[in-house]
Amino acid sequence: MATQQTRALGKLAVAPSVFALFVWMIVPLAMTIYFSFLRYNLLDPNIACSLMHPGQLFDAENRCLAGFSNYTYFLTDPAFFKAMGNSLILVGWVLGISVAGGTLLALLLDQAFYGRGFVRIMMIAPFLVMPTVSALVWKNMMMNPVSGFLAYLFKLVGLQPIDWFAHAPMTAVVIMVAWQWVPFATLILLTSLQSLDEEQKEAAEMDGTPPLSYFWYIVLPHLIRPMTVVILIETIFLLNVFAEIYVTGTGGRAGNLPFLVYQYGLISNDIGGASAGGIIAVILANIVAFFLMRMIGKNLEA
Amino acid sequence: MGTISLVKARKAFGDAIIIPGVDLDIKDGEFVVFVGPSGCGKSTLLRMIAGLEDLTSGSILIDGKNMTEEAPSKRGLSMVFQSYALYPHMSVRGNISFGLKMAGMPKDEIAAKVAKAAATLNLTEYLDRKPRQLSGGQRQRVAIGRAIVRNPEGFLFDEPLSNLDAALRVNMRLEIMQMHKDLGATMIYVTHDQVEAMTMADRIVVLNRGNIEQVGTPLELYNHPDSLFVAGFIGSPKMNLMDGAPAAPYKCATIGIRPEHLDISREAGTWPATIRLAEHLGADTFLHVDAGLCGMMTVRAEGEYEVASGAKIFLTPEPSRIHRFDKDGKAIRK
Repeated sequence: MATQQTRALGKLAVAPSVFALFVWMIVPLAMTIYFSFLRYNLLDPNIACSLMHPGQLFDAENRCLAGFSNYTYFLTDPAFFKAMGNSLILVGWVLGISVAGGTLLALLLDQAFYGRGFVRIMMIAPFLVMPTVSALVWKNMMMNPVSGFLAYLFKLVGLQPIDWFAHAPMTAVVIMVAWQWVPFATLILLTSLQSLDEEQKEAAEMDGTPPLSYFWYIVLPHLIRPMTVVILIETIFLLNVFAEIYVTGTGGRAGNLPFLVYQYGLISNDIGGASAGGIIAVILANIVAFFLMRMIGKNLEA
Repeated sequence: MGTISLVKARKAFGDAIIIPGVDLDIKDGEFVVFVGPSGCGKSTLLRMIAGLEDLTSGSILIDGKNMTEEAPSKRGLSMVFQSYALYPHMSVRGNISFGLKMAGMPKDEIAAKVAKAAATLNLTEYLDRKPRQLSGGQRQRVAIGRAIVRNPEGFLFDEPLSNLDAALRVNMRLEIMQMHKDLGATMIYVTHDQVEAMTMADRIVVLNRGNIEQVGTPLELYNHPDSLFVAGFIGSPKMNLMDGAPAAPYKCATIGIRPEHLDISREAGTWPATIRLAEHLGADTFLHVDAGLCGMMTVRAEGEYEVASGAKIFLTPEPSRIHRFDKDGKAIRK
């Protein structure tokens, strides 16, 4: 990008894709924002606002304008706080499990053993399974209290099988989601482990570093960066977990923010309320992303 | 104190034999240089001494004790790596003190040792910097500092200067030699650069395909190479080696004569030659000549030697400086 001309040309060249991406993003967002300010319920036959509520403002399709009432309703709904709490619990647990578990697995897979290549590929598999499919598999094959594999294991050691989705729905969701995301963390941390300088390992060996100190003083500092990348990416995706909750029917007790938006929109048919919830979720995610980026950006520069 | 002995030390990776079996005795306080072309096994041999590579068979004695099975940190040796291998997230202080910390030394003792090492190596003002904020030479010093503080019986250097620029390399070379003088510790130094080997070593070990070709002081190797390989490897520019007709009068398969042991004359001499190229270095002039049956030869002329390409000259070897080799490449001594 030496000259003014090449710079201008460069901008011109990327303009179409930037424009396409912008439209792609802005149209649904703008529609959602617009809906969030409407009294817009699919079950409400009285769509003709000017007739039903004379004196109120209405839009071109004769839907009443609602002002901020959708937002105040959503934000004061007790279900909102419960969903927020569930979102945080889910994100927190899965992050913890995937970073810790990912590190341990990466350390294990970094060792030389027979069939390592095959194990590594198998390791990544859960990440490639669609969430809906994984949820179905867990629901019907693993966690089913009568015919599930976990129930079989419990019975094998003489324990009462757990009806996961009825008695520990949050734990069940955390297990399913963690099962999907641990491989991702493992993959990133493993590649990072392999980039650890061979001579540095040997220097540590010459320094007589015991295994735990070696992990603590040499490996862990080396892994901090990829860990922050894992945390950043996973947080963004984990805030959006929906399929596992929907498919297993655990939304009543383990429902998170996306699930609450779904309940507003598709169970109560309250499009206005769901849109307001969606916008609130977007704002919250942006706040989280902002802090994460600041925190992690600092780490990445260092 | 710091004697190191290799007894039939052998290293093989599966079918690939890297070191067929080496016997070597290194005296206390000696500066020994392992030299050889890439892939000759010199680094492997050093790593075997360090304990970073297991021996396939044979043994290693350090200070008279069998250390073949001992962990690297227990051998009383320090190593300076080619890439320096500093810990990137630790400060200079952290890097130098890490080994001592792992050894469980009290904090104040560590601080004193680090301060002393930093002072010797001119690193005091950089102690709180990270390695990436240092220049190549400073990183090298930190790596040496890390080796010094452990107070080892012996130092192992694995091509430590190969990442530095030429001027700095000469400086560091002198500093390492000075350090050897001051500490009096045994040092083993691996390099492929025969100039480093000649200038630094008490004794040079020339390696070829995992075998020791010759062990001796730099001048022994220079004056009495045991084999064609050593003759060709030691000395710069390379020794001129000729076989066939030119060697016949000397009753051997190959004769060798160094560029600096040829007399140049414009009138008469043993071998007539045509100048192809002259390299003017100021103090010396290297002439690359076509000497007919003898092939291409390099000749050193002192000072500035004005000569045109294509000029005819005559070369006469100094008789006492002619090296003779039999058909197996072994030196023939009178």
